[in-house]
Amino acid sequence: MRTYWPVKELFVIRTKEFFREPDAIFWVYVSPVLLIVLLGIAFRNKEAPQEVRVALVESPRAEELARSLETAPGGKFLVEKAPLESAKSLGSSGKVDVVLDPRDGALRYIYDPAREGSEAARLKVDAALQASAGRKDAVATETVIVTEPGSRYIDWLVPGLVGLNIMGGGLWGLGFVTVDLRMRKLLKRFVATPMRKSDFLVALLGSRTVFLVPEIIVILFAGRLFFGLETKGSVLDVALVTLVGAICFGGIGLLMACRTDKIETINGLLNVTMLPMWLFSGVFFSSDRFPDVMQPLIQALPLTQLNVAMRAVILDGASSADQWPRLAAMTVIGALAFAGALRWFRWV
Amino acid sequence: MKSYRGGVQAVRGLDLEVYEGECFGLLGPNGAGKTTTIEILEGLLEPTSGEVHVLGRSWGSRERELRGRIGISLQETKLPEKITVREILRLFRSFYPRGLEPDETIRLVGLEEKSNARVGKLSGGQKQRLAIACALAGDPDLLFLDEPTTGLDPHARRQLWDILKGFKSRGKTILLTTHYMDEAERLCDRVAIVDRGRVIALGSPPELIASLGGEHVIELTLEGNGSGAAPGEVAGEAIREIPGVSAVRIEGKKVSLTACEPHRAIPGILERLGGNGSAVSGLAMRHASLEDVFVKLTGRSIEEADADVLAS
Repeated sequence: MRTYWPVKELFVIRTKEFFREPDAIFWVYVSPVLLIVLLGIAFRNKEAPQEVRVALVESPRAEELARSLETAPGGKFLVEKAPLESAKSLGSSGKVDVVLDPRDGALRYIYDPAREGSEAARLKVDAALQASAGRKDAVATETVIVTEPGSRYIDWLVPGLVGLNIMGGGLWGLGFVTVDLRMRKLLKRFVATPMRKSDFLVALLGSRTVFLVPEIIVILFAGRLFFGLETKGSVLDVALVTLVGAICFGGIGLLMACRTDKIETINGLLNVTMLPMWLFSGVFFSSDRFPDVMQPLIQALPLTQLNVAMRAVILDGASSADQWPRLAAMTVIGALAFAGALRWFRWV
Repeated sequence: MKSYRGGVQAVRGLDLEVYEGECFGLLGPNGAGKTTTIEILEGLLEPTSGEVHVLGRSWGSRERELRGRIGISLQETKLPEKITVREILRLFRSFYPRGLEPDETIRLVGLEEKSNARVGKLSGGQKQRLAIACALAGDPDLLFLDEPTTGLDPHARRQLWDILKGFKSRGKTILLTTHYMDEAERLCDRVAIVDRGRVIALGSPPELIASLGGEHVIELTLEGNGSGAAPGEVAGEAIREIPGVSAVRIEGKKVSLTACEPHRAIPGILERLGGNGSAVSGLAMRHASLEDVFVKLTGRSIEEADADVLAS
């Protein structure tokens, strides 16, 4: 007679179920790539010196000033002439970087310094006008522009997306799936057999961790294909950080699902869990931007720890051993979550 | 006994014994406590008080060993839609230390042609046969089935009955719940009729039907005798005294009763009715069923009892 391994069979069923679901494939594998491409385009580093957009308030001197800007060496200016009010609104809506208002012999610059690039635009416009009016550079200067892979926004973003996927995979993959199985009375059906409960949980967590492998490869490969981002750390280090993250978020997902018997409830619980980490854990922008008073809280979020470790390994080539405090923090959180989940888990 | 918070008692004073090799039915309307009872027996619910012995053992110790010898089909289990019949049965087989190979269970439930079809592509009857196949995966000695044929068409129900008869013919035991009287009559060696959490009758279907006092049901439709009184009431009084007639039930213009020898009872009935001037506009006769037993014991039909549940 053949022998059967329940862990293996549970794992196989879960895997087949997952890969036969086209929606799941899209969300898990296609959407992160789309996100990388779109964000990469939106925040791409500017290759050449940027053109400066100027709104020039209509006045007798406007013609002359426009000509000076358009013929200025070493800078590209796009000049748009407009009456004062519409020039100002071009400035406040961000369609131009700076508004130039020639008035009473002086030149007035109107801009909001909080808007990115407006300060630089003002300096460039001023330098060009001063030079055309005869000002000489007192010191000779030279400029070197750096756009090498590893120091751009996209480089910073990709490990964050890897972390985000590990979180989503663990929370949805265990939380949502468990509630779904409970609602379909499959959990109850399973415990009506001699199946070991631990076999079931091991297979669920194991299959979800295996689904992560292609997920992470896809994201890193997309980063490399579209933006030339190389992973500096070793495959083993990336795998270890991933595994610890997967177990941590799997435990949290299971905890959220341990007594929940409605899809709406688990949706809400998971979204509430994920939202602060989306915002604060440094996926899309650095968590350093938040005030110091919030930092202890932010550092306590498991995704913050995962993202720091993942960036260190992918971008700086750190070894996972160097990242032990992060890994230990995630392990503790995950272990507590698993313990709680098993304590309160409702099978029938 | 099983009671829930708020003092609702789902089941109380339910005391019964199921013998090896028999098919035992828990029969009753929705909400009677059948599912609660069977899930307590299956070890999935804990009774608030009382004792359960399954295959000579009680739940709580060496549970896996006991689970290895029983097969269960719950009232509703939605098996994964994207998985094929054979894959599901492989999974269930893997849970048991010994059991039937997937192809063997597929053959037992007659799903050979669907063995590679996904669950989502199966009809209701095929899904239910697959659920039974899952219960058979460990080659159990005892099978628990909660409403195995609810919602199935007559053809699918008959197919399922044949599967269960085949299982029983191998000397195995079945405990099922149903609210179909005909299912209990055809399939079960003994039935317990359950209503509002209590067993109100226990015995083999022929015994229970015999307890009505006659195995034929006669239904009369009456027109009034012109006295203004309800036609059924007038006739009922007259009929009750006829020897061999019992379980007289009056409902408007309709009177139903049971008789063991209709060929003797009917002429007497018609004579009495003629005597008090009632006109008979219809007469029908059929074999008594468990439904009639339920009506006699509770004063309402199963459909009325189901409607009570919906109303409350």
